[in-house]
Amino acid sequence: MGDSAYSFSLTTFSRTGKLLQIEYALNAVANGRTCLGICAVDGVVLATDKKLPSVLVDVKNVHKMEVVTPTSGVCYSGVGPDYRVLVKRARKSSQVYSRTYGQDEPVSQLVKSTAGVMQEYTQRGGVRPFGVSLLIAGLDCSSDAASSHVPALYQVDPSGAYFAWKATAIGKNYVSAKNFLEKRWTSDMELEDAIHTALLTLREGFEGEMTAHNIEVGIVRKGGKFEVLTPSQIQDYLDEAN
Amino acid sequence: MSIMSYNGSAIIAMAGKDCVGIAADRRLGIQLKTVSTDFTKTFQMQPKLFVGLAGLATDVQTLHNLLEFRMSLFKLREERDMPPEVVNNLLSTLLYEKRFGPYFVEPIVAGLDEDNKPFLSCMDLIGSSVKANDFVVSGTCTGNMFGMCEALYRPDLNPDELFEALAQSLLSSVDRDAMSGWGGVVHIITKDGVMTKELKGRMD
Repeated sequence: MGDSAYSFSLTTFSRTGKLLQIEYALNAVANGRTCLGICAVDGVVLATDKKLPSVLVDVKNVHKMEVVTPTSGVCYSGVGPDYRVLVKRARKSSQVYSRTYGQDEPVSQLVKSTAGVMQEYTQRGGVRPFGVSLLIAGLDCSSDAASSHVPALYQVDPSGAYFAWKATAIGKNYVSAKNFLEKRWTSDMELEDAIHTALLTLREGFEGEMTAHNIEVGIVRKGGKFEVLTPSQIQDYLDEAN
Repeated sequence: MSIMSYNGSAIIAMAGKDCVGIAADRRLGIQLKTVSTDFTKTFQMQPKLFVGLAGLATDVQTLHNLLEFRMSLFKLREERDMPPEVVNNLLSTLLYEKRFGPYFVEPIVAGLDEDNKPFLSCMDLIGSSVKANDFVVSGTCTGNMFGMCEALYRPDLNPDELFEALAQSLLSSVDRDAMSGWGGVVHIITKDGVMTKELKGRMD
């Protein structure tokens, strides 16, 4: 990374004002497995497709959904190894925050610092942009009463741009998934409804049969911790949905 | 000669019913010479939060500026006020960063949290902090202040009673200390605002 022969930035503007490397990174994301999130009044849910290339892969050691702070978690679409680098950075920066302020990092701050890292990799010399879009779900601090933590869902793109969403999807079939969510999302949705809707949305574009072992679901409730559901918990929700 | 008593100071903070008060003397000395009688040692960092800094005057001012810097950045980034507990943790971290060349201050944090409940804490010069429900003291006559507070404090005082308790505790404590006194100031913080009063005491 310190080799002076590659000290120029690989992400340079095209004549039309685009950063083509970022466009191509977004293509890598659009080819990735679907990931979606829904923000409810009392929590947030993330769900993703975890289809593996072969039945021989040991699925219990594959993690797409990761906990970053006790009250927030992240999932991705795109290039897995790039994602793991970002998760490591995010975990470290949130521990630094916690060490200084004695509180869990609010998710909006986590998003800003992660987005900052991703932007850095579009401008620094000798590096390429990250080939992932992230969905970060967690609890934000409001400026009112101490006990009110606000559920929030954010998307972060390879360019470093971030957006707050009520519900969204990224990866393969994200267009039809988002259309489905647009019809189903309501402002008074509770977490249990949101989990059901997330599973239904995921099933819409799923290739083959969706089981508790080839998807991952993560939730965070207001006042609780981010947890990745076990296959048996997912199976209960799937049974209810059927 | 102790560096913590080079300039002289006395600060007390007490909790009342849905209110907190913080009182400090006004003396700035250079050993035996009194140089100023209106030196500020209590700083309103936020509408419902005060920080009191006792110790070496240059570090009082520097640490105030440093805290102002960090709290402003926090407010800009997080779009919310810093809760008193977080101010306490931040101060603790800032002080420990200088563990082997410390700031010679012993701060007090006094304020109302987001639910308007009183918050009090004090710490030593390297960041070891302790929270209290009743009162905290810091300065060159802590022995005197502890005695006075223990005698005059009662739980759940209203703002006027709290003012009396704070003012009497401070004035009597500094009268037996050569390095502190020369006037006093008391701030009472309630959810509706801050009431500040100057104290008339022995100017010696």
